[in-house]
Amino acid sequence: MTQAEIKLCSLLLQEHFGEIVEKIGVHLIRTGSQPLRVIAHDTGTSLDQVKKALCVLIQHNLVIYQVHKRGVVEYEAQCSRVLRMLRYPRYIYTAKTLYSDTGELIVEELLLNGKMTMSAVVKKVADRLTETMEDGKTMDYAEVSNTFVRLADTHFVQRCPFVPATENSDPGPPPPAPTLVINEKDMYLVPKLSLIGKGKRRRSSDEDATGEPKAKRPKHTADNKEPIPDDGIYWQANLDRFHQHFRDQGIVSAVANRMDQIFRSLPVGYNISKQVLDQYLTLLADDPLEFVGKSGDSGGGMYVINLHKALGSLATATLESVVQERFGSRCARIFRLVLQKKHLEQKQVEDFAMIPAKEAKDMLYKMLSENFISLQEIPKTPDHAPSRTFYLYTVNILSAARMLLHRCYKSIANLIERRQFETKENKRLLEKSQRVEAIIASMQATGAEEAQLQEIEEMITAPERQQLETLKRNVNKLDASEIQVDETIFLLESYIESTMKRQ
Amino acid sequence: MSFAHCCIPSTENSAWHMVFLIGSLNTQAPSTMASRGGGRGRGRGQLTFNMEAVGIGKGDALPPPTLQPSPLFPPLEFRPVPLPSGEEGEYVLALKQELRGAMRQLPYFIRPAVPKRDVERYSDKYQMSGPLDNAIDWNPDWRRLPRELKIRVRKLQKERTTILLPKRPPKTTEDKEETIQKLETLEKKEEEVTSEEDEEKEEEEEKEEEEEEEYDEEEHEEETDYIMSYFDNGEDFGGDSDDNMDEAIY
Repeated sequence: MTQAEIKLCSLLLQEHFGEIVEKIGVHLIRTGSQPLRVIAHDTGTSLDQVKKALCVLIQHNLVIYQVHKRGVVEYEAQCSRVLRMLRYPRYIYTAKTLYSDTGELIVEELLLNGKMTMSAVVKKVADRLTETMEDGKTMDYAEVSNTFVRLADTHFVQRCPFVPATENSDPGPPPPAPTLVINEKDMYLVPKLSLIGKGKRRRSSDEDATGEPKAKRPKHTADNKEPIPDDGIYWQANLDRFHQHFRDQGIVSAVANRMDQIFRSLPVGYNISKQVLDQYLTLLADDPLEFVGKSGDSGGGMYVINLHKALGSLATATLESVVQERFGSRCARIFRLVLQKKHLEQKQVEDFAMIPAKEAKDMLYKMLSENFISLQEIPKTPDHAPSRTFYLYTVNILSAARMLLHRCYKSIANLIERRQFETKENKRLLEKSQRVEAIIASMQATGAEEAQLQEIEEMITAPERQQLETLKRNVNKLDASEIQVDETIFLLESYIESTMKRQ
Repeated sequence: MSFAHCCIPSTENSAWHMVFLIGSLNTQAPSTMASRGGGRGRGRGQLTFNMEAVGIGKGDALPPPTLQPSPLFPPLEFRPVPLPSGEEGEYVLALKQELRGAMRQLPYFIRPAVPKRDVERYSDKYQMSGPLDNAIDWNPDWRRLPRELKIRVRKLQKERTTILLPKRPPKTTEDKEETIQKLETLEKKEEEVTSEEDEEKEEEEEKEEEEEEEYDEEEHEEETDYIMSYFDNGEDFGGDSDDNMDEAIY
């Protein structure tokens, strides 16, 4: 794990789970697998705090444990899984586009809680949906269940590994930690539940209705007394499936752009005849992007989507775009040239790009220093004498992608830090505005006059309001940038992963 | 012959600086320089590769040497690309901020213990600053977790309070009494599973925490005539507004 990734993990853990979890999490990422006491000792945290932190991390699938010999349990962090936290909004939004609000909330609950039983999810989501509905209307459990089943069928949610039921009557002491198992066919098996009920609105009047003071109510609600039908069967969001979807989306949109370029003049309707479709596909296959390949002519030919090439093209497009935005269009021209011709000498670059030597030199060095382009030595003689060696400029896509990915991690870390800094700077003002809003809200609830509300609102002066506006704008910009950079990260990671698999 | 360190500045705070050791390019033949240096400097001005191949011809002016680290915010040559706007962008942005706020409120967000105030105050006794005995706020499925992660939760019972209140004057017997009380109450209390080694440590912790017991809320109720919000010292005012969560959380 690079320093940049560790730093980013640290920021993410701290923002979502607090400092204690961050300390333990980062320590595990740095040092690898460790038992409980060593963690406590090395981080200087109390045993209780470490236990709490580990519970949270395990619940959220960020840390796994393994029982070693002599009963020692070791904990290991999954750095890449921590980085996925950046993508949570995207997962939730995707669920929304595919399965509407119900799907959105199901995925959101699963991500926020790490893992849950189906009955718990259904109940929670039904309650939340009911809150947003008009008075008197409620959300039926059955509808939520249906959406859940659809999510499971399309593999967007999957079952967590579970404790196997042990039939042996082993009198020995129970193991220090259970070994969790899951096999392929069980992963998307929805338990046969008959969840009957409707969502409940959370009304504050309910709590006073019973006449007893709040504190006297038992801590556990009545639901816990009923046996949970799917006890022990936990579900989690299947991030890989979402990634698949993103990848497909990326390729489809790239192809769509391509299609637009080529067929802008042709009318595009939904009743495309077979002939026209054939033409489209042939053109795609011949297209230099090489997304679609034709394999064989049997049955009219089979068209295959070459996933790796597609990802490669997307990654290359990203690199080109970065060069363009960072260094200008002339640099981009040189970059594309070197990409296309694979290896070029200094002189050739100047000639092909039609850029004066001095400028071409300057641009090449800029890109070289930032590792977008690399130099390849080709010796003419066995003694590698410099005067008798070719030096060719080339683009190594894999290493350039890795470099760019590393920069992305740093960028996001910077963005998060800046956002936290901005928020901290204006902490006092933010708290004040929150307090004022709370006061206004409570006053509105108890029915206050317009004049009183006006008075309270004026507690925040005009320049302060301005400051708040600026803060909000900046934070929004920083957040949006984070989201944007994460998309690039996803693209690059997919490409690198696909390339590594083929080697 | 002069040497110059040439740092090619990178556009951001990266750790990569390419350092070229270049001699000033003059047309003097290497042999004369070598003889001047008494043979010591032979080959000092020579590089491992041919300068011309990389494009720096003889006599070319090189960029001036950099004597300080690159500026923190170098001027941007090109305007950044505008961020995605539109319905999708807005929605995802709002989602992100909402999630951030939501996660801070969940029990998974562990806050470090509030530092002790300088003077012990009466209301401290009635502040429910955290879950009982530092345990966690939520209920994980303990069957799925290693046993060692469970934190023992002590449930106080009525008998305990009556035993603790009367203080014994002699200090040595106080310890003994406490141990005896503890042994008695250990039998009466409901316990959850712990490992052997932890028990000793817990006993030590218990001894220290005798003075600062966190009573169950129900017991508070019976000891005072005031409702719990009476002891609110206004510290969390404004942070508890759960009703208006549609405001953006930063």
